Amino acid sequence: MPDTFEPKIVAFFCNWCTYLAADLAGTSRMKYAPNIRVIRLMCSGRVDPQFIFDAFAKGADGVLLGGCHPGDCHYQEGNYKTLRRFHLLKRVLADMGIEEERFRLEWISAAEGDKVRSVVNDMVEKVRALGPRMPTLPQPMHAREVAVS
Amino acid sequence: MPEPGGTNGAVRIGVYICHCGTNIAGVVDVGHLADFASRLSGVVVARDYKYMCSDPGQELIKQDIAEHKLNRIVVAACSPTLHEPTFRRATEQGGINPFFFQMVNIREHNSWVHTDRAAATVKGEDLLRAAVRRVRLHKPLEPREVPINADVLVVGGGIAGIHAALTLANAGKHVYLVEREPTIGGHMAQFDKTFPTLDCAACILTPKMTAVKMHPNITMWTLAEVTQVDGYVGNYEVTVRRKPRYIIEDLCVGCLECIEACVYKQGKVDDEFNVGLGKRKPIYISFPQAVPQLVVIDPDTCVEFKSGKCKKTCVEACGDRLAIDFKQTEKMETLKVGTIVLATGFKTFDPARIPYYGYGTYPNVYTAMEVERLVNASGPTAGEVILRDGRKPKSVGIIHCVGSRDEHTNKYCSRVCCMYSLKLAHLIKEKTEAEVYSCYIDMRAPGKAFEEFYNRIAEEGVRFVRGKVADIYPAGNGDGQLIMQVEDTLLSMVRKIPVDMIVLSIGLEAQADAQDVRRLFNITCSGGDFFMERHPKLAPVNTFTDGVFLAGCCQGPKDIPDTVAQAGAAAAEAMALIDAGKIELEPNTAHIIEETCSGCKTCVPLCPYQAISFLAEKKKSEINEVLCKGCGTCVAACPSGSIEQNLFEDGEIFEEIKGVLNYA
Amino acid sequence: MSGKPKVAFYWCASCGGCEEAVVDLHEAVLDVVAAVDIVFWPVALDFKRSDVAAMADGSITACFLNGAIRTSEQEEMAELMRRKSQVLIAFGSCSHTGGIPGLANLYNRESILQSSYGNALSTVNPEGTRPQEQTKVPEGTVVLPHFGPSVKTLAQTVDVDYYLPGCPPPVKLIVGAVTALLEGKLPPKGSVLAPNMALCDECPRKDTKPDKLLLKEFKRPHQVLIDAEKCLLEQGLLCLGPATRSGCGAACMSGNMPCTGCLGPTDGVKDYGAKVLSALASIGEANEEPQAAALMQGIVDPSGTFYRYSLPASLLHRRVGGNGGAKS
Repeated sequence: MPDTFEPKIVAFFCNWCTYLAADLAGTSRMKYAPNIRVIRLMCSGRVDPQFIFDAFAKGADGVLLGGCHPGDCHYQEGNYKTLRRFHLLKRVLADMGIEEERFRLEWISAAEGDKVRSVVNDMVEKVRALGPRMPTLPQPMHAREVAVS
Repeated sequence: MPEPGGTNGAVRIGVYICHCGTNIAGVVDVGHLADFASRLSGVVVARDYKYMCSDPGQELIKQDIAEHKLNRIVVAACSPTLHEPTFRRATEQGGINPFFFQMVNIREHNSWVHTDRAAATVKGEDLLRAAVRRVRLHKPLEPREVPINADVLVVGGGIAGIHAALTLANAGKHVYLVEREPTIGGHMAQFDKTFPTLDCAACILTPKMTAVKMHPNITMWTLAEVTQVDGYVGNYEVTVRRKPRYIIEDLCVGCLECIEACVYKQGKVDDEFNVGLGKRKPIYISFPQAVPQLVVIDPDTCVEFKSGKCKKTCVEACGDRLAIDFKQTEKMETLKVGTIVLATGFKTFDPARIPYYGYGTYPNVYTAMEVERLVNASGPTAGEVILRDGRKPKSVGIIHCVGSRDEHTNKYCSRVCCMYSLKLAHLIKEKTEAEVYSCYIDMRAPGKAFEEFYNRIAEEGVRFVRGKVADIYPAGNGDGQLIMQVEDTLLSMVRKIPVDMIVLSIGLEAQADAQDVRRLFNITCSGGDFFMERHPKLAPVNTFTDGVFLAGCCQGPKDIPDTVAQAGAAAAEAMALIDAGKIELEPNTAHIIEETCSGCKTCVPLCPYQAISFLAEKKKSEINEVLCKGCGTCVAACPSGSIEQNLFEDGEIFEEIKGVLNYA
Repeated sequence: MSGKPKVAFYWCASCGGCEEAVVDLHEAVLDVVAAVDIVFWPVALDFKRSDVAAMADGSITACFLNGAIRTSEQEEMAELMRRKSQVLIAFGSCSHTGGIPGLANLYNRESILQSSYGNALSTVNPEGTRPQEQTKVPEGTVVLPHFGPSVKTLAQTVDVDYYLPGCPPPVKLIVGAVTALLEGKLPPKGSVLAPNMALCDECPRKDTKPDKLLLKEFKRPHQVLIDAEKCLLEQGLLCLGPATRSGCGAACMSGNMPCTGCLGPTDGVKDYGAKVLSALASIGEANEEPQAAALMQGIVDPSGTFYRYSLPASLLHRRVGGNGGAKS
């Protein structure tokens, strides 16, 4: 039986909105795909773009950012910074050949447990269809086949 | 005592996997996870246990710290929002810094949301690996302690706010009660009788309202609204806008002669207290027992304000009391309080959203709140049930669940409507001897003496029809009657019941400005825009913002006894903080590494709390730790990596990333 | 044979500017030449690879290696110089972080070859001939180095002792490095031989920068009549000084141009481009959509701007998959 590709998605969730929403999805016993790994931060504004690149570099097939809706940030303005960084990150990741569906920003409030479920399920399926993200780390040039004309 | 240290000295980690009964163990292979953890680098002890949060569970941690000289603890269990403090305390009691602890969520984020046992266990492995890698880098931290200002702000003067304020004031705390209407009392003051005892609402409420007014420890401001909240738990600075009443409070004696004398011979303005059923004058008092017992002038309808040319017969009637002051302006006040209780109440569902019930189309369709005012002796019809066309109804239909338990409007049950429908059925029947048909989906009578009340009303001859009313339309029989079309599910037939009057049992909703208010106080809303409690079972009056508590219907629909109980609970929570005198704040603040800060000032404008400033002499930026709330935005923005956030250092996050991805 | 320290210079995928930088020492170069024995410097003198191969391992005191690594020959030379040298110093942006040639990592190998030997405007190659790594000629078999899948930094190829950043490294830093080497006062292995502080620290325009700077618009140099005294970031230009290591004496600012980031990141940063992206996005003054998106569109080429010198050293290293070029 062929193995289905199981994507691994690293998620950065803000403590006050998205992390609580994921907790709510749990207390409500909603079911969603097990491919997600949540890293908890206080605010989506803490998400350093280095984290996103690092996650992709170290094998993540997708990266999901979760924060409070614009205007509702627990720390007032952190998510606005996240939004502007996201715009630039999208373009750089596209230049690096990383498909759009692999990097996603979602505003999920603490009451939206079902949004966590639907976003995770949707993203997992979209990334599954794209296949694993190919590694791009530097390789030595030895031990390669030399083409002979 | 094991040496607490980051990279100095060997790290010795204890890992504990909680079964949480079968909550976790039923889906995640906890035994396997313990075995897996034991083989991770730095892990000295790895156990699984049925209930880590229990006393024996916590003892395990303390004993292992002593016996195995552990200096790091990882617990995989429920959400950190529940038990992180519990395990940090256990870690501390075991003798090491409480922040050498990391929690892994394998319940809310794992066993409760996944069904594939193997996948859930692999996920558990990844999360554990991440936590073990991360906790190695944790540093010993000291929580910041801040004092708690003993004064309390209660927002909202309904029964919830009143009870919370009195409880706190009786305990010797100074309370500011801020209410935006001209009087306190809230919705309860509009009710006639309360279920199930049929106590007169005003009779049980007004003594409490008076007690508030008279209490030396309560500063009551009506016509006042909170406009800004700064600071943090224990040290809130609140700005309140006190709107002008145009009456000098100390001089008005509440004789009401100015209202009698007003140039308007009759009321012409829709009376808010009577839900638009009556009319009032521009100078008015909401209801006779209003507290404060002062009139108020509505500048939008008063002739003097609109034209400047009124005869001002009110001033004349006031005579040498000279209590009317058209020149009064609004005042902005600043309060310093330590805790805040939000008791901002509810609004009722607008039945115009369900057009086929005919509200606003057929004059004899009423909301329950309108009927409360009809049956109330101080209402627009002096307590008689008189329809808009002057008749007394001989048949009345009451429709339950208007706007509630409905996918198209509000999914939730509003909890009080069945009971108040029974009450109104009784009151209407008492006053009119009309035939009353109560159309319900379920009869929800869960409280003390509620079921007995239902039986009584049934015995009084109210007809109960089990069915959701599908349509209201004119009977066309010349009697001005309406047909209530409903499938009687117990009789298995559709009934078309002609009635003179329809009462819509409208549900409860959050106030229209709930989102604005919650932003003001930095809390969140849950479904339906009700304010969100910290935990639905165990912390129903706390919010996720320390120092802000909830009481009453602003948190969710409930009846008066539950509201009063919750208000008491909120007062107790506030008192607990005040009497403790201080609170520990999470030490997740950011600080700038002076040696590498280049003074580029990128961070300075980013902080909404103005915690970051540029020091001109040093030519470097600095973060004021007291003002920093620990969001970490500046940390991510610093282009030279010169800002660090305690508990969320870059290195710690990078280790988590490597851990979840199983990167070598 | 003199007892002077032996020094070597080599160049890989580079423009020659780093070699020029040595010459730029002007009179100071005479002191350097007097103090050391230059045993290998192909750009200046007639040395052969076999000369170096013949030396004993570790007999070269210090090798300054500039240029990025893309071909198998460059990789082999890097390995050779590593073996023969006690101290290997990555000299200049290309060997430090990949440099401008590193931008080739935005394209795939096949698309580069297709462009050069296929559809570039100046290419006439109707048979689609491609260079071959081995070709038999009457005299025997001639070989060409393999053109690798990506541009690498020196540290991604061999173990590197020190880094002299800059495009090219500023004279002051070169003199400082050579002096430290000769006096035996080099910092711990792995250090970058430049201050661990961003450029704003030594920028002469620093005091003109407002404490709270937020930008409503990002501009390109040709769109602004650049004020010669004021902070360039304040003028809306993409000055990467806040993210870039100092040590160059704010050279570009003195030429009234914004910093493009050639000295690379400070020690606390793993990915230069990511950090500078974060900083610029953070100080944008637009919170609502679509203004936020429009503001960020004002940065016309994020990948090229943020990773101009450092793409190979970045966390992602190079573009993956597909055959296309960079599209912003």
